[in-house]
Amino acid sequence: MSSQDIPEENLPAEQEAAHVAVSIADEKDPFADPGLPPHEHRIQDIDERAARRSERMVALLFTVSMLATVGFIAAYVGIPRDKSIFVFPIGHLSALNFTLGLTLGVALFCIGAGAVHWARTLMSDVEIADERHPIEAEPEVRAKVHADFKQGAKESAIGRRKLIRNTMFGALTLVPLSGVILLRDLGPLPGTSLRHTLWSKGKLLVNMNTNQPLRPSDVQVGSLTFAKPEGLEDTDEEFQTEIAKAALMIVRLQPDNIKDKRELEWSHEGIVAYSKICTHVGCPISLYEQQTHHVLCPCHQSTFDLSDGARVIFGPAGHALPQLRIGVNDEGYLQALGDFEEPVGPAFWERG
Amino acid sequence: MSTTTNDESRTRGKAPAGERVADWADGRLGIYSLAKANMRKIFPDHWSFMLGEVSLYSFIIIILTGVYLTLFFHPSMNEVAYHGSYVPLQGQLMSEAFNSTVHISFDVRGGLLVRQIHHWAALIFLAGMFVHMMRVFFTGAFRKPREINWLFGFLLFVLGMFTGFTGYSLPDDLLSGTGVRFMEGAVLSVPIVGTYLSYFLFGGQFPGHDFVARFYSVHILLLPGIMLGLVVGHLILVFYHKHTQFAGPGKSEKNVVGMPLLPVYMAKAGGFFFLVFGAIAAIAAVAQINPIWAIGPYRPDQVSTGAQPDWYMGFSEGLIRFMPGWEVNFWGHTLVLGVFIPLVIFPLVLVAIAVYPFIESWVTGDKSEHHILDRPRNAPTRTGLGVAWMTVYLILLVGGGNDLWATHLHLSINAVTWFVRIFVFVGPVIAFLLTKRICLGLQRRDREKVLHGRETGIIKRLPHGEFIEVHEPLSQEQLHTLTAHHQYEPAEIGPTVDENGVERKVKGSQKLRAKLSDALYGEESQISKPTVDEYKEITSGHGHH
Amino acid sequence: MKKLSARRRHPLAAVVVLLLALAATGGLYAAFAPASKAQADETSQSLTIEEGKKLYSVGCASCHGTGGQGSSDGPSLVGVGAAAVDFQVGTGRMPAATSQGPQVPSKKNIYTQGQIDQLAAYIASLGAGPETPTSAQYGPEGADIAKGGELFRTNCAQCHNFTGKGGALTKGKYAPNLEGVAPKHLYEAMLTGPQNMPSFPDTTLSEKNKKDIIAYLNAVNSDQTNNPGGLSLGGLGPVSEGLFAWIFGLGVLIAVAVWVAARTAKAKKS
Repeated sequence: MSSQDIPEENLPAEQEAAHVAVSIADEKDPFADPGLPPHEHRIQDIDERAARRSERMVALLFTVSMLATVGFIAAYVGIPRDKSIFVFPIGHLSALNFTLGLTLGVALFCIGAGAVHWARTLMSDVEIADERHPIEAEPEVRAKVHADFKQGAKESAIGRRKLIRNTMFGALTLVPLSGVILLRDLGPLPGTSLRHTLWSKGKLLVNMNTNQPLRPSDVQVGSLTFAKPEGLEDTDEEFQTEIAKAALMIVRLQPDNIKDKRELEWSHEGIVAYSKICTHVGCPISLYEQQTHHVLCPCHQSTFDLSDGARVIFGPAGHALPQLRIGVNDEGYLQALGDFEEPVGPAFWERG
Repeated sequence: MSTTTNDESRTRGKAPAGERVADWADGRLGIYSLAKANMRKIFPDHWSFMLGEVSLYSFIIIILTGVYLTLFFHPSMNEVAYHGSYVPLQGQLMSEAFNSTVHISFDVRGGLLVRQIHHWAALIFLAGMFVHMMRVFFTGAFRKPREINWLFGFLLFVLGMFTGFTGYSLPDDLLSGTGVRFMEGAVLSVPIVGTYLSYFLFGGQFPGHDFVARFYSVHILLLPGIMLGLVVGHLILVFYHKHTQFAGPGKSEKNVVGMPLLPVYMAKAGGFFFLVFGAIAAIAAVAQINPIWAIGPYRPDQVSTGAQPDWYMGFSEGLIRFMPGWEVNFWGHTLVLGVFIPLVIFPLVLVAIAVYPFIESWVTGDKSEHHILDRPRNAPTRTGLGVAWMTVYLILLVGGGNDLWATHLHLSINAVTWFVRIFVFVGPVIAFLLTKRICLGLQRRDREKVLHGRETGIIKRLPHGEFIEVHEPLSQEQLHTLTAHHQYEPAEIGPTVDENGVERKVKGSQKLRAKLSDALYGEESQISKPTVDEYKEITSGHGHH
Repeated sequence: MKKLSARRRHPLAAVVVLLLALAATGGLYAAFAPASKAQADETSQSLTIEEGKKLYSVGCASCHGTGGQGSSDGPSLVGVGAAAVDFQVGTGRMPAATSQGPQVPSKKNIYTQGQIDQLAAYIASLGAGPETPTSAQYGPEGADIAKGGELFRTNCAQCHNFTGKGGALTKGKYAPNLEGVAPKHLYEAMLTGPQNMPSFPDTTLSEKNKKDIIAYLNAVNSDQTNNPGGLSLGGLGPVSEGLFAWIFGLGVLIAVAVWVAARTAKAKKS
C-alpha cells in the first residue's frame, strides 16, 4: 500500500524534523555516534484503516490455518493409502502424502505468517536499547570468590593431606575402567576370521541368478556372472556375513588376452573368478567393461584390470582383487580349488 | 501482618486466573526474577540472525517426527519376507528394520509424510547449522565472550553429522548399507586396533546382526541427548551474552538495540517456528526423499552406482574418492594409508575451522568483549581464510559426487577426480587471495565514500568546461557506521636488544605471533580507515568532488 | 495386405492353397497357417537377406567391411546375431557418427522396423548368434517384479543405478538411463552386451530372469512410475536430495527469514 492514501495531517511533524537533525554532521567529530535515529511511524501506526487491514489479514491467515487442519483430518479419513494421482509437474504420487503434507504445511505456515505479520505491522516497532554489562565479575566479587574457595580448600585440608588427595584421584581414575571393561563383549575378537571365506577345495560355483552350478560352457567371452559357494542359501542365518566375503565375479577372457601369468594359471579355459568385494572399503565392485576388461567400483571409482591380475589402475584401492583358483570337477562343473589365498575386502593392519 | 492483608486484598480483588497461576508458580519456582531479566530481552533484527533459529526449529521438528517414527520402526536385523502393499518387493527377504520402514512408508497413513519431514528436516538442520556457523565466523561473532558458545555450536554440527549418519543407516537399505560398509572399511584401516574396533562395533564380522540396534540407541538416545543438552546450553548463553549487532547509529559495545522478546520476538521467533515447520511439511509433500523401497534391502554383494551419503557427510566421501591407493606393507603388517589418511583428515578439516577463533584471539591478544559484529570486508584475512576453508569443503563435496558430475556434465570420471585432486590444494589458495583482494577493494571503496561522499550519478559541467560527478556527503549516521570498526595494529616483537646492549631472548612463539599478526593486520591486510583529520582536511576548503 | 498379395503370386502358392483345401474346414485353417507360413518364409527369407545386404552395403559396410568381417573402424559382425543388430540399429546407436567420443550414444533411429529386420537377417546369415526375442520372451505376462528387482540389484544396478537411471563408467563412458527403452531392446542388450556392457546369456541369466528384470524396470522406471513421496529428483539419491535441501529448503527458509527480520514500510511524506 502506498503512503499516498494516508491523510496528510496524520503524518507527524517531528518525523520531518528528526530527518534534518541527523543529517547534519557533528562539527567536532563527524564520525561520532549520533545516537539512535528517532522512531519513524509505520503506515499502520498512523492510519487506523491500514491497521484494520493488517488485523483482517492476520485473522484471515489464522482462519486459513484452521481450515487447513480440517482439510488434513478430512484427507486422513477420506483418502485411501494406495491412491495415486498425477500432479503436474511432479508426476504420479501418493494422494495421501501430497494432501496431508500440503494441508499440514499450510496450517503451520499460516500460523507463522499470521504471527509475524501481526508483529511486523501491529506490535510496537520502537527500537529499544538495552544496556550490556561486562560478563566478568567486579574485582571485589572476584576477590571474595577466590577467598571463599581458598577457605573451603583449606578447611578440607586437601592440600595438606596428600595421601587422601592422591588416593582419591587414583580411585576416580580407576573407576571408569569398569565401564570400559564392560564393553569387551560387544564383539568377538577377530582372530583369523577375516582371512577365510566359505570357499574351499571342491566347492561348486553356483550362479547367483539361477541358483544352478556353473559349467564352463555357461560362461561366454564378454559375459558377466556372479557366483556364490555351493550350499549357501539366502535364507541362511549367516548369509549376509558369508556373502560379504564370498561373493564372486566370473568373466571369461580370451586366454591370449590374459597378461598375468598367475591369473592364467588360476583360470580355467580363460574363465577367471575374482572376489566381488573391493579391496578399498568393501563395496561390491562389478562395473565390468567387457571391451577394456576393466572393473570400476561404483563407490569410490577404484579401477581394476581383470586381464592383468586385477591390478589397480585408478582410484583409492591399495591392492589387486583376490583371485579364486578354479577348475572343473569330474562332472564338468566349475569348482573352487581352495579358498582365496589372501584376505578379501578392505585391507587391515594384520593383513600383511 | 502486612503479608496477610496483602494476600487478602489480592483474593478479594479477584486477580485474573492467569495472574494467580503465575503467582503460585513464582512462589515455588521464582519465575518472576527470571522473567524480570528476560521478558523484555532485546533482540536485534537481521535476517542472518535467524539462521540459528532455522537449525533450532528443524531440530525440534526432527525430535517430534523422530518420536513418532520410533512408534513404528523395529530396530532389528532379523530376516523376514516382505508381504506389505508395495508390489515390487513382494516376498523379498529383508531385515525387520527395512521391512518396518517400508511399512511406515506404505501402510501407515501419514507415515511417509512423517518420514519425509524427518529426513528433509535433517538435511535442512545441518545446512542451517552450516550457514549459521559461517555467519558467526565471517562476522567475528565468535570473539570474546562467545568462544565457548562457538564450540557448543561446532559440537552440535559435528554431532548432528553423526546423528544424521546413524539415522541414515537405520533402514538397512542397499544405499545406507553401502555407507555402513564404507565406514567399516574405514575403521578396519586404523593401525593396530582397526579390526578390533570393527568387531566390537558390529558384534563380529560385517554386517552381523547387531549394528542396526546399536546405531538405533546411538541415533535416538545417546547423540540427541547430548545435543539437546548442548542446544539448551547454547541458548542460555545466547540469552546471557545478549545478541551481537552490526554497527550503526546508537549501537555500541555497551548496548543492544532491537525489539523486546515480549511481544515482538515472541511473535516473530515463535511464528518463525511455524513457518519453518510449514515449509518443511510442504517440501515433504512434494519432494520424495530416500525412497528405500526403490533402493531395496541391503545385501553385501549388491550395490548401486551413485552411492553417496547425505550431503553433510559428502566431504568425507570426497576425501576418500580423491585419495590415491597408498598401502604400505612391512613386517607382516599393512598400513592402509589410502583409507587412513582421509580418516585422519576428516576431523582435521572440521577442527581447522573450530580452532580459528582461538588462534585469532591469541594473535590479537585482545582481552576485551566484542558485541559489535565485523563486516566481513573489515577482516580480510579472516574472511579469506573462511572462504578458503569453504572452498576445500565445497571441492570435497564435488569430489564426493564425482560420478554424477561426470554423467551430467558429460565428463570423464577420471578427469573429475583429477580436478578434485589438484583443486583441493590450489582452490583454497586462489580463493584466499581473491577474497582478500575483494575485501581490500571494498575497504578502499568505503574509505572513498567516507572521505568524498556518495557518487550521485549526477554529472555537472563547471563554468570552465570540466565535467565532474557530484558527490553527496554522507550523513553522520553513515559516517559513523562506516568507521565504527576497530583496526588492530600488527603486534611487534620490539627491539631484540635492550638499552644496555644485552640481547633479549625472543621465543619462537612470539615470532610466530608477530608474523601471524602481520598477516592479519599488516599493511597488506587492511586499508587504514579514514581519520577525522583526513575527513576535515578534505571537506573543508576545496569543496568536494 | 501387401505381404499377402506378394505371396499369392508365389510359385508355391498353388500348392499351399491345394493343401489347405484338402486338409480343412475353416476352423482348422488357423492351426495350419503357421506351418504354411514357415514354408513360405523360407523363400522370402532369402529375399529378406538380399534386401538386408543392400542396406548393409549402404549404411554399414564402410566401417564393418563389405562382408561384415570388420575393419579398423568397426568390429566384425560375424556371429553377433540378429538381436545385436536389432538393438544397435533400433536404438539408433548404429550407424554411428564417424568421429566417436568414448562411447556411441543412442539417437533417433533412421530405419523402419522392416529394414532393421532385413539387416538383422543378413547379419544373422553371416554366422549364428542370438536371435531377436519375441514378445512372449520380454512381455510382462508371468513376470515376477520383485524377483526382477533382486536380479536387477545383483546384476545391473552397479552400473545403471537402483532404478535404472544410469551412471558413470571409466574415462567418460557411461551406463545409460533405462527409462523409455523398449522392453525388446532391454532384452537384446542383456543378451548381446552392446559396447562395454557385459552380456548376460541365458546360461547365466535365464530367459525368465530377463523377463523379471524388464517387468521390474517397467514398474520403477517408466513415465507411469508412481513416486509416492513426490518429485523423484532424478532418482539419483543423496546428491540431488542435498542440492534440493540447500536450494529449495534453505533457500525458502532464508527468504522467509529476510521477510521476518525486514523493517516494515515506514510512512513517509511523498
